[in-house]
This record gives sequence, structure tokens and C-alpha cells, in this order.
Amino acid sequence: MKLLSLTAVALGTKIRNGEVTAKEAVLASLEAIEAKEEQIHSFVTVDREGALKRAGEVQKKIEAGTLTGPLAGVPVAVKDNLCTQGMLTTCGSKMLYNFIPTYTAEAVQNLERAGAIILGKTNMDEFAMGSTTETSAYGATRNPWNTEYVPGGSSGGSCAAVAAEEAPYALGSDTGGSIRQPSAFCGVTGIKPTYGTVSRYGLVAYASSLDQIGPIAKDVTDCAVILEAITSHDQKDSTSIQRTDVDFSTALVDDVKGMKIGIPRDYLGEGLDAEVRQAVLAAAKKLEEKGALVEEFDLSLTEYAIPAYYVIAAAEASSNLERFDGVKYGYRTKAYEGLHNMYKKSRSEGFGAEVKRRIMLGSFVLSSGYYDAYYLKALRTRAMIRQAFDKAFAEYDVILGPAAPTTAPRLGDSLSDPLKMYLGDIYTVSVNLAGLPGVSLPCGLDQKGLPIGLQMIGDCFQEKKIIRAAYAYEQTRTYQRSPLAEQ
Amino acid sequence: MSKEYETVIGLEVHVELATKTKIFCSCSTAFGSMPNTHTCPVCTGMPGSLPVLNKKVVEYALAVGLAAGCKINQCSKFDRKNYFYPDNPQNYQISQLYLPICYEGGIEIETESGKKTIGIHEIHMEEDAGKLIHDDGEEVSFVDYNRSGVPLIEIVSEPDMRSAEEVIAYLEKLRMIIQYLGASDCKMQEGSMRADVNLSVREKGAEAFGTRTEMKNIGSFKAVARAIEAETARQIDLIEAGKQVIQETRRWNDEQGYSYAMRSKEDAQDYRYFPEPDLVPVVISDAYIQRLRDSQPELRDEKLARYISEFELPEYDAKILTSSKKLADLFEAAAKLCGRAKKVSNWLMGETMRLLRERGMDPEDLAFSPENLARLIALTEAGTINGTVAKEVFEQIFDKNIDPKQYVEAHGLKTVHDEDALRSVIARVIEDNPKSVEDYRGGKEKAMGFLVGQTMKAMKGKANPGLVNQILKEML
Repeated sequence: MKLLSLTAVALGTKIRNGEVTAKEAVLASLEAIEAKEEQIHSFVTVDREGALKRAGEVQKKIEAGTLTGPLAGVPVAVKDNLCTQGMLTTCGSKMLYNFIPTYTAEAVQNLERAGAIILGKTNMDEFAMGSTTETSAYGATRNPWNTEYVPGGSSGGSCAAVAAEEAPYALGSDTGGSIRQPSAFCGVTGIKPTYGTVSRYGLVAYASSLDQIGPIAKDVTDCAVILEAITSHDQKDSTSIQRTDVDFSTALVDDVKGMKIGIPRDYLGEGLDAEVRQAVLAAAKKLEEKGALVEEFDLSLTEYAIPAYYVIAAAEASSNLERFDGVKYGYRTKAYEGLHNMYKKSRSEGFGAEVKRRIMLGSFVLSSGYYDAYYLKALRTRAMIRQAFDKAFAEYDVILGPAAPTTAPRLGDSLSDPLKMYLGDIYTVSVNLAGLPGVSLPCGLDQKGLPIGLQMIGDCFQEKKIIRAAYAYEQTRTYQRSPLAEQ
Repeated sequence: MSKEYETVIGLEVHVELATKTKIFCSCSTAFGSMPNTHTCPVCTGMPGSLPVLNKKVVEYALAVGLAAGCKINQCSKFDRKNYFYPDNPQNYQISQLYLPICYEGGIEIETESGKKTIGIHEIHMEEDAGKLIHDDGEEVSFVDYNRSGVPLIEIVSEPDMRSAEEVIAYLEKLRMIIQYLGASDCKMQEGSMRADVNLSVREKGAEAFGTRTEMKNIGSFKAVARAIEAETARQIDLIEAGKQVIQETRRWNDEQGYSYAMRSKEDAQDYRYFPEPDLVPVVISDAYIQRLRDSQPELRDEKLARYISEFELPEYDAKILTSSKKLADLFEAAAKLCGRAKKVSNWLMGETMRLLRERGMDPEDLAFSPENLARLIALTEAGTINGTVAKEVFEQIFDKNIDPKQYVEAHGLKTVHDEDALRSVIARVIEDNPKSVEDYRGGKEKAMGFLVGQTMKAMKGKANPGLVNQILKEML
């Protein structure tokens, strides 16, 4: 029996029924990781010993009846920017090559309470800055559909691990599309929840006002169940919201009759790959056939989302990353003269090019004399984008479109042209700017055999609407496994 | 000096709030512990940690703002001030720039030239930094993050002060308000109150301000006055010599009585302030403000008026007693216990002040209980001890907070009221001092005093002086 071809929920059911033990599930994952890592490199750290030990403990609790949840005993891969007590947390950076936190991120702790077993930490763009997982200091992750292509990013390691069936599911983080875009490129499903739904405590911040943690799995059901498990109102995160409507799995209903779905015309225009366009419109058609009311509309301001996003995200990042100075933890340069030289050399040597680019960009837009022209203007643009969505959601239950303008690019193609890479975030960043929930799920393959992602966006706190629409669409097709998964 | 100059001064006062825990985490704010024992991921800036605002900080900041007549920003925000230094673990300080919690207030001061209101530009909340310890011998530095995240308020005045006297009056008033509110102990020597002085001079009558300097590292009220005098003189000398005052930050060295330039405006850092995305706005309701107003303790000026009317104290006494919250609390508690407000006032105004001066202490350092002072007053009122003994016992109370009743018993200090015993002692004194007896009988009243003194000495001070007088007269 191929345990890892099961969804997380299906595997959890077998573990609860006693057909499979937690240890067997962990061993199957570790075996798959051993067999496939050389080809895709999804992980920075694999905690073989810890996972096996934990599997024994969890199994006892399952047998004793104290752990009864759907994810009890199911292994998970965690993005390497989520702190895990006693386990290396590098953020894909040389800067944190030796950083072992003394605390675990709230979202991960919630999963552990639900009986999850952490296999290890997944590769990512350095400090989540990048769209290809190529900016990691630990080498690039490859796409399980074709290892000549990137898996997307920044949660590329998590998405590749799920698509390659190294792990039943994974956690990622999404600041401007970092869950949805790699989910699209790897043919898996990922949700970025409403800002404030999942605690950010223990998530190493990239851009605090945009970051959210979310699930990555094979299907919508898994994602809804995982999201339910990681959601909590956390006193340790001031931006965490107390929600009572977090029974997301109740939205797993195959019924979209009367649901109003809008497709922004600006999402289908210039820059969109023809095959992606076709697949997205075909998906819309399926929903229409199921009784949804689908129409195109003008969202407006789409072209301003990228510049606003890169100004705000870079500004926050430039400040968030100041703490990495070689003083307290992480990388410190070998030879230096005095404090400032130590700062300078540690940061010059510890950070990669993309991180430095964003720190410089962010420092610039916050500098006196430029603050109003860049940062304040970006904040105003952000507010206007939010208003545009408010207007749209007065009309529509769900906004539908592509997750990315193209399928995965070849390795090495994006890094040479960062501006082009930034433009690839056009359909995802505005969702973060407005704090909205979004889901990305597979809707076909292009002629190269690479997955195409469909994105659905909901109003704030309307995860259930996008889960329902995504679930209904998912029922019209079967999950396609990546070649590496079938290996 | 041919021209007349005017000094223009504004203050930035940092006050450490008396919360039990830090501003953004639940670590203790207690002093004097081993380095880095009151720390957690939040106040050491570990990756992934997040700040959560301590509500008590808002309460204290608001209380001070209300007492200083400030307007309240009912939607106040925190901002990040970015600068690299190892005492600042995140390399940014969480402070308030754009929407400080209180603004546009003023407090009234009184100096010899009369009453005057000093404007308050704003009061904002922020976190303190850690402490660096440099080891020159080893060429390494250590950092202690126990103080990192201790809550501060910064009270920024308008440039309304014109002399060291006004500055001291302003600082004393501010300290009194804050102490009365219980928001801080405001000990300058221990750093829980720190003042930076912004100072410029201009020709008398001039409209425009001169170029100002900012002086830091001033450790006491006296040092504030000295720093102001020195800086005023320095700036006037520059102007008189036809030179420019440079806008800069200077560090005051009180031992040398001189300030040194730290950094000029040109190399001032760009702090790249921006709104703190990890915290939500502080929203303050009308009801909350009202509740705070209602629960605000009696402040100094009200207390002063009440002491004069309720306890019938002279204004001078009432002023001194209310000059420190500690002193006022002691006074009221002891007066309530013994019902003799005037007597309590006398002890506090007289012996207490004398001993404070002698020991070089502040009223805030007083450690004796109102109960023991009340007991002492009861003992003297009942005639159990006389005035001389009472002073001796009071010193013990002042230093060691002893129970006067037990002390008097244990040391046999009770006044002797036994007439027969007294008579025999006095008979001996008369016998031993024939010269004085003769003088007295010859009309020299002074000799009487000497004989009383001799009797008291023989009684080891424990006699009732009235009785001694009466018996002496009788026997002579």
C-alpha cells in the first residue's frame, strides 16, 4: 500500500482505525525523502530520530484514546521559517545556519496538539523573499513535475514535498503569494487565510502586516481540516483575531448553485499565458455548469498592486531583518575590527543578493525625504486596493482567476531578471495587501506537462465560501500525481 | 558682556513606569537581578517573537497625561525607530512618533518670580534598551537585557523655560505628579527619571530662537542646574566671540562641569520611523478616560489645600509635607492613628527633616512606619517619656523603625514621677552645688537652669522637667 498517495485525512483515518501505525506513516515518509531528496531537495533539515520517537508517543495516545483528531499520527513538513524548539530553523539563510529556537511557533504547536509529527523543515527562498526557492542558501528545490523547472516560492520546499509525496501535507507562509504560487506550480492545493486567522508567533517575520501561515496539501478537504487545526486566537500575537467561524470543514459541500463568482477582466489581460487563461476559463465554465453565476468585471488598480506590495513588504522587511546582526545568534563574520565592521561584514556575508536588494529598497523608501513619496503613497494605494475589493465583494461571493500568469519557469531563468520575477506575483499580492483569504488549486496541465493553478479569493473571514467553491470545482476532476510522486 | 541674553529651555524627560512587568512581554521589571535573568524571546529580539502591549503602561501614561492637562489621542499608534546598537536587541526601538498617546498639555510651576505654565508638547510610550558593560581589559563588551523592554514614557515640554530655577521647578512638579499617581518612583540617581535639556540663547527681546543643543547624561536635579548654567555660558561666549552655536547633542560631565559634543545634526541618524506592524492601534474609549479621571488619586495641589483647611496647618508646613508623596502618606497615616496632626507635622517638619539632611537622604527613602511615630507621640502625650528622651527614641525609629514602647521599656527610659525619689536626688544636687544655690538666692535666675540640668543629668534625663522645677524652687 502506498501510504503517501493518500491524502492527510485519509491517512489519518487509517491510523485511527488501526490499519496503519503512526510509525509506519513516518517511516514511509522518511523512506520517500531518502529516495527523492537528491532529485528535488525539498528539505533543509530532516529529523529522522525525533520524528520516530514522536511517532511512538503519538501512537500510544491514539491507542489510549486521548488523541482522536483527523491529523493524529500524520507526518507533516514545516517551512523553515517557522520556529521549532530544539530543531534548526534557518529561513533558507546562511544568517541562521546554526539557529535552534527555544520555542515553537504557535501554529506548529497547535498541530502538535492535534497529534502531528514533524518530519523536518522545508527549503524556501531566503527569508521568504523570492518566487522560485532558488534564493535559498542551501541550494534550489526542484519541481517534482520536471526537475529542470522551479517549484515556485517561497514555500517551494513545502509544495514540492507534498507534490513528490515525501510528506502527506505541509505548512507554508504567504506574504505575497508564497503558498498559492508554488502550490500552482507543483499541482497541489494551498490556502492563505484571512490576515489574523493563524497566529504569527514563531513565524520569522518577512513583512509583518502581510505574512500569514497556511496549509499545503493534495486537496481542499485536507487544507480545510489543517486550517481548522492551526487556527487559534493567540494572546502572544496582537494581530491575532478571535474568530468563532473556524469550522472550515463544514464548508466542504459540493454545491455552488446561485453562488456569484466574478472574474476580474484585468486578470485575463496582457502577460497571461494563453494555456493558463484557457484552463482558468474552463474551470469557471465547470462552476457555471454546477449552477454558479459567473461573470467578468473590472476590479481596477491591479497594476498598482505590485509596486505597492514591493514598497510595503521591503520597508517592513528592512526593519524586521535588522535583528540579524551577528551579536546574539546566527552568523557572525570571522574577522572584524570594532562593532560597525562586525555588523557590516556579518550582514554582507550572511545575507544573499535578493535579501540585500529588498533591505536596501526598504531602507530607501523609509528614509526621510522619501517616506511620503514611496511608503505613505504605497499605504494609500493599499487602502484603495482594499476598497476596490470591498466593492467587488458587495457583488460577488468569490473572485476567480489564475494564481500565476504562467506555469513554472526553468531553473535559473528568473534570477537574472528580478523585475520579471516580481511581476509574476501580480495575481497574488493584492490579496495580502487587502488581508483576504485565497486558495490555489490545480486546474490542469500545460503542454509541457506542468501544472496550472486556479486561484479563488474571498472577502475577509469568508474562507468558507472559497473552500466551498474550490471543493465543488475539485469534484469535477481527479487529482493528478507528479511523475516524482509515482516513482 | 554688553548685550543681555535670554536662555530658552525645553526638556525631554524619560520616566520608567512602575509596572511589575515589561511593556511588551511578561518579564519582571525588578532591578538588581543577575544579568539576563529577566528575559524572554520577546525582550531579547529572537526571530519570530512578537510584542504584546502591557495595558498598565497605557493606564499610567494616560494618568500622567490627564494630570498634566493633556489631550488624549483616542486612537494612538506605535512606530519603530530603527538604529543599530547592541543594547537594542531588535535594532529598532518600539516608540511613538506619529500618534503619541497624549499631546498639548501644560503644568503650572511656581518660582520666586511667580506662577507660570510650562507647555507639554506630547507624552509618548516606548521601551527601554538593555545595558552594555564594557570590559576594557578584555576588549569585550557584555550586554544585560534585564532592562530591555522596561516601559518608559517620554514627556516632551515646549521650549517654555527661561532659567535653571524654572527647569528645577518644572522637574519637581512633574516628579510630584508622577509620584502621586504611583506611576513611577522618579529617582534620578537610579535612572528611573532622566532629563535631556534642549537649550538655546537669544538676545533679550529677540523673536527667533537661537540654535539649540541637546544635553544628555544628567544625573540629578543639581546637575541639571549646573549643566544649564554651563551651557548658557558656553553659548553666550560663542556668540560674543562672533562664532556659531552648532546644533548638536552634547554629553554632560558633572564632575568636570563641562559638556562634550557627541554628534552634530549633520551626522544625526535617519531613524526611518514607520508604523509598528506587529501592534494594533491603542483605542481608548471615553468611558475609560472617565473611569481613570474618577479614580485619579488626590494630587498635590488638592492635598495642600486640604491640609491647610482640615488639619489647620500653616501653608509652609503643608507645602513641605505635600512636597513628597511618601511624606504626605506618612503624615496622614500617623495623624489618623494618633489624632494629633499638628504633633505629627512637628516630628516630620523638625526631626525628620534634620535627620534626612544629616544622612543625605530623600523623603522617598524614609523607612519607618506611621504606627511607630504614632506610638511615640502617644508616649510623650501621656508623659511616659519627656521631650529629650523622645528625640533619642525618634532617632531609633528613623534609623531602625523600632517599636518605641518596647524600646522605652527595654532601656528604662520612662520619666520618673516619684516625688520622694526626686526630692532625694535634688537634695544631693543642692548640696553638691553651693555656688549655684548662692547665685540663685542672690537673684540670678540663670542658676536655676543649671540646677535643673544637673538634676536631669543625675536622673539620666528621665525626670519630668516641670516637676523638677517645682520641687527645686520649693526646696531652695
